[in-house]
Amino acid sequence: MAALLHLRLNSSILPSSSSHPSLRRRPCRRPAAPSTRISAKIREIFMPALSSTMTEGKIVSWVKSEGDRLAKGESVVVVESDKADMDVETFYDGYLAAIMVEEGGVAPVGSAIALLAESEDEIPLAKSQASSSSSSSSSSAVPASPPPAEAPASTTSLQTLAPSPPEPSPVAASSSTHPASDGGRIVATPYAKKLAKDLKVDLAGVAGTGPMGRIVAKDVEAAAAAAVASVPSAPSKAVVGSVAAKAPTPLAIQLGTVVPFTTMQGAVSKNMVESLSVPTFRVGYTISTNALDDLYKKIKSKGVTMTALLAKATAMALTKHPVVNSSCRDGKSFTYNPSINIAVAVAIDGGLITPVLQDADKVDIYSLSRKWKELVDKARAKQLQPHEYNTGTFTLSNLGMFGVDRFDAILPPGTGAIMAVGASQPTVVATKDGRIGLKSQMQVNVTADHRVIYGADLAAFLQTLAKIIEDPSDLTL
Amino acid sequence: MPASVSLSLSLPLSPAASPRSDPSVAASPFGAFRRFGLRFCGLRREFLSLRSLTSEATGRISPYPARGISKKVLAAAKSNGSPTKGFDYDLVIIGAGVGGHGAALHAVEKGLKTAIIEGDIVGGTCVNRGCVPSKALLAVSGRMRELQDEHHLKALGLQVASAGYDRQSVADHANNLASKIRSNLTNSMKALGVDILTGVGTVVGSQRVKYGKVGFPDTEVTARNIIIATGSVPFVPNGIEVDGKTVFTSDHALKLEWVPDWIAIVGSGYIGLEFSDVYTALGSEVTFVEALDQLMPGFDPEIGKLAQRILINPRKIDYHTSVFAKKITPAKDGKPVRIELIDAKTKEPKDTLEVDAALIATGRAPFTKGLGLENIMVTTVRGFIPVDEHMQVMDADGNLVPHIYCIGDANGKLMLAHAASAQGISVVEQICGNNNVLNHLSIPAACFTHPEISMVGLTEPQAREKSEKDGFEIRVAKTSFKANTKALAENEGEGLAKLIYRPDTGEILGVHILGLHAADLIHEASNAIALGTRIQDIRFAVHAHPTLSEVLDELFKSAKVNMGTSPSVSEPVAV
Repeated sequence: MAALLHLRLNSSILPSSSSHPSLRRRPCRRPAAPSTRISAKIREIFMPALSSTMTEGKIVSWVKSEGDRLAKGESVVVVESDKADMDVETFYDGYLAAIMVEEGGVAPVGSAIALLAESEDEIPLAKSQASSSSSSSSSSAVPASPPPAEAPASTTSLQTLAPSPPEPSPVAASSSTHPASDGGRIVATPYAKKLAKDLKVDLAGVAGTGPMGRIVAKDVEAAAAAAVASVPSAPSKAVVGSVAAKAPTPLAIQLGTVVPFTTMQGAVSKNMVESLSVPTFRVGYTISTNALDDLYKKIKSKGVTMTALLAKATAMALTKHPVVNSSCRDGKSFTYNPSINIAVAVAIDGGLITPVLQDADKVDIYSLSRKWKELVDKARAKQLQPHEYNTGTFTLSNLGMFGVDRFDAILPPGTGAIMAVGASQPTVVATKDGRIGLKSQMQVNVTADHRVIYGADLAAFLQTLAKIIEDPSDLTL
Repeated sequence: MPASVSLSLSLPLSPAASPRSDPSVAASPFGAFRRFGLRFCGLRREFLSLRSLTSEATGRISPYPARGISKKVLAAAKSNGSPTKGFDYDLVIIGAGVGGHGAALHAVEKGLKTAIIEGDIVGGTCVNRGCVPSKALLAVSGRMRELQDEHHLKALGLQVASAGYDRQSVADHANNLASKIRSNLTNSMKALGVDILTGVGTVVGSQRVKYGKVGFPDTEVTARNIIIATGSVPFVPNGIEVDGKTVFTSDHALKLEWVPDWIAIVGSGYIGLEFSDVYTALGSEVTFVEALDQLMPGFDPEIGKLAQRILINPRKIDYHTSVFAKKITPAKDGKPVRIELIDAKTKEPKDTLEVDAALIATGRAPFTKGLGLENIMVTTVRGFIPVDEHMQVMDADGNLVPHIYCIGDANGKLMLAHAASAQGISVVEQICGNNNVLNHLSIPAACFTHPEISMVGLTEPQAREKSEKDGFEIRVAKTSFKANTKALAENEGEGLAKLIYRPDTGEILGVHILGLHAADLIHEASNAIALGTRIQDIRFAVHAHPTLSEVLDELFKSAKVNMGTSPSVSEPVAV
C-alpha cells in the first residue's frame, strides 16, 4: 500500500497534524487568499502520517535527488515511522526542487520535508523558498537547514620548507596509465565507487593503487583527505602553512618517470600560485622555553599536550593584538574576526588538514587539550566537519618534532598570519648580567599579510607571546 | 482397506438382516455397520500413530496396499515391498537427489518395491552442490557479520576484538556438512531396503530402464512405474567461458577455494544474492550483473526494494541492471577477468568490467540429456520434460505417457529441492491410486541472506493480476520486525512481513517476509495455505511471547476480513 505524500500549496499555514489512520488523505489545498502570497506551482511535500500513532518520522533515504523529475505514484522518499519503513510516493508530477530535511533528519508529521516544482524553471524559486520557509513557516518543525551555500572559490596554501621538503605523495607512485583505465574507462571497485559518491570525490582524478591499477577504497579515502586539506570551503578558512606531526611515509618513486599531479597536488599547486597575490613578510623571534617545558612536565599527566599549550599561548597573545587576528578580504578593509580560532596544521596520510581550536583564548587548557585530541582522532578517521577545519583565524605550524629549528610558512589565503614553530633546543646564551648559561630556546617565524598587519604589529605580538611563554603561569588559569 | 475390513465385519450381520423388511430391524445392522465403521476409524488412527513411531525407530512398517493381504504385510514389514508380478520393481526412480529420495521413502512406506538409480553421488545438487553447503557458508557469513558490526555489538554491550576467518576451515565446514547429509540420506534409503543402483539411467521403453556406466547401460530392469528425477546443472549462457578458477558457477564457488577481492556475480536471484552475502562478509567487493531492469526480479517488488536497502546498499556491492554479460574471459597472463556488457534491449555494447573473479548465477538448466526420452516419444521444452499436474510425462503430441513421471528441476515447475520431494510424494500417492494434485502455491521458498527472505504463494503484482482476471478484491497487510519484542531484544529490528489476502473470504494468497529467521517463520503461512486455513481462523491461534512468530500473529490480526458483509458468505461452507 502506497503511502501518499501530503502536498499543499506553499503558504505559511501549517496543516493540522493528522491523527487519522488513513494514509490516503486528500491533499489540503489552501484556497487562494488574496492576502497570502501564493506561488501556485510549488508544492510542499509533507511528512506523512504512516500510522495512527506516528507523531514524527525519520527520513531514511531520499529515493530521488534535487532536480529529478517525478511522476505521480513514484517513490520519492523512504520514511521510518515508529513501526516501519515505508516508501512514500508523490501525488503529483513535477520536479523535486528542494530537499528540506536531509537523510537521517527527523520531522514531525505534517511538516514540510521538500518542495515540488511543477516545471524545471521554478526549481530556483523553490530553492529560495526552501531556505526562507524552513526558518519562518514551519514552527521549529524542520530540523534540517536549507542546502548549504555553495563554497566560494577554493583557497589553499602549503608550506615551503627551508631545508628539505618531505614529499607527501601517497598516490603519486602509481602511474596514471595503468591497464585498468585503458580507453578512458575508470576501473574502481564497488566500495571505492560508493565512497567516492559519499565523499564527493571525482574518480577521474584518482589514481588507482589496487591490482591492475584499479581504484580501491583507500585511494578514494586518500583523495578525499587531500581534497579536504587543499580545498576548504567557507569564508574564513584556514589552511595550512606547514606540516605538523609525523613524517609521511615516503613511497617508492620510480626514477626517470613523469608523474602527473593527483587532484590534491593540482589544487595545492593552484593555491600556491594564488598565494603570490598576497604581499607577505616575515618576522622571527627566539623564545626561551625552560618555563614552558617545566609547566608541560607538570601537567602532562593531566592530558595536556604541547600543541594545546602553544595554541593557548598564541591565543592569549592575540587577545592583546586583535589586528594580528584580522584579515584582508577585499584589499580595502580590515576584517576583525570576532573570535580567536587557532588552526593547527596536521599531516595525515600524505594530506594536510587544519583542525581548528575554536575560542582558544577562552577555553581552559585542559578542555583545549581534550578538544585537540578529539579533533586529531576525527581527522584520522576523516570525520572532521567543515566548521572544524575551515574556521581558523590564525594558523600554527610546528615542525619542531623533526628537529627543524626554523622555517618559513606560506600564508593561507583568507587569513592574516601564520606562525611557523621550530624545535626547542638547548642553547648556550649570554645573559644580561654577563653570565653564560644554558637555555632551551625555540625560534618562531610569523608570515603575515602586510596590507593589514605591519611589522610593528607582529613585533609587539611576538614580544607578548614570548612573555607568556617565558612566564606561562597564566596558561593554566 | 476400509472397504475390505468393513465388509468382513458386516458380513455376519447382513445375511440375517437383509431378508427382513422390517425397517426397525433393518436400521440396526446399518447402525452396527456405522458403529463398526467409527470404531474402525479409531483403530486405524492408532495403527497410524503406531506405524509412525515404529518407522522412526526401525525404518518403517509398510502399510497395506489397497489389495493387501496379511501375508504381504509381513513381507513388507521386513523390507522394501515385493514387486508386482512380471516386474523387477514397482517403482524405479532415476536420480537420487532430494526429489528422488523423498519419492523413494514414501514409496517404501506405501509398500512399493523401489529402486533408485544414481549416476553421480547420492544427494544430488541440493546436498552436494547447493542448498546444503551454501548454508554452511552462510552460517559463517552470518557470524562474521555480527562480529564485524561494531555498532551492533556496542548496542548489545559486547566487546569483540577484530574477527577473522580461516578460509580452508570454512571450506571444510561446508564440505563436511555435505558429506554428513549425504551419508544420512544414503543410510536412510539403505535402512529401508531401497535398492541403490549405480550408473546412468536410460529409459528404454515405457516400463523398462537400463543403467550402467555412461554410454554402456548394460543392465536392464523393468518397473511398473518410473520417476525421472535427474535435476539440473548450473546454466551458463553462451559466450561465457567457465574455467572453474576465476570464472565459475555455484558448483565451484561452494568449495570456496579462494576469496577474490572483487567478484562479479552474474544474476541477482537467490543464488547470486546468497553468494553476495557470503563474499561480502568474507571481505570481497561484489558487482552484480542483472539482465532485468531491477535486482532480485523474482521477489515481491516491495520486498525486493527493502532487500536492496538492507542487503545491497549498505554493503560493498554495486550493480549493473538491464545488461547481459555477452562475453566473459577468465583471467590469464596477468590480465583480470574481463566481462563485456551489452544493453539487454538494444544489444549495444555498454561497458566492460575487469574483476578478479566472476560467479555465474544465471539460473539452472535441466539435466535431461541421455535419458532416452526419444524411446518414449518425448521432446523436451528448453530441456525441461513436459508433465501434467500429476507430474505424468507428456509426449510430443501432448498425450500422457503411461507409467512415466518426472519430478523436480527436470520438469521446471518449481526449481526447489523441497518442491521436488513434494512432487515425488504426490506421484507415489497417484501411483497408489490416491488422486493427488500438489498445490505449488503452498510451497515456501527462502533465501538465506542476513537477514533472511522467505515467501509463499503469490507476489502482490501476481495477486493483483489474478484479482482483476477473476474479479475479486485483494488487500495487503504489513507488519514490521521493529514492533516485535524478540527482534528488538536481538537488536535486529529491520524487516517486514507482508500478507496478501482476499478480504471477502479470508483466503491467504501470499506471504512475504524479510527479517530475522524469515525462512523459519514462513511455514505458519505456507501450512495455512496448504490446509486452506482462513485468516479469521488462524488469527485466534496463540503464539508464545516473546517470539519472532508474533510478527505473523500480528500480521494475521491486522488483516481485515469482511466475512459479515461479504455476499460470498451466503455460499454453502463444508463443515
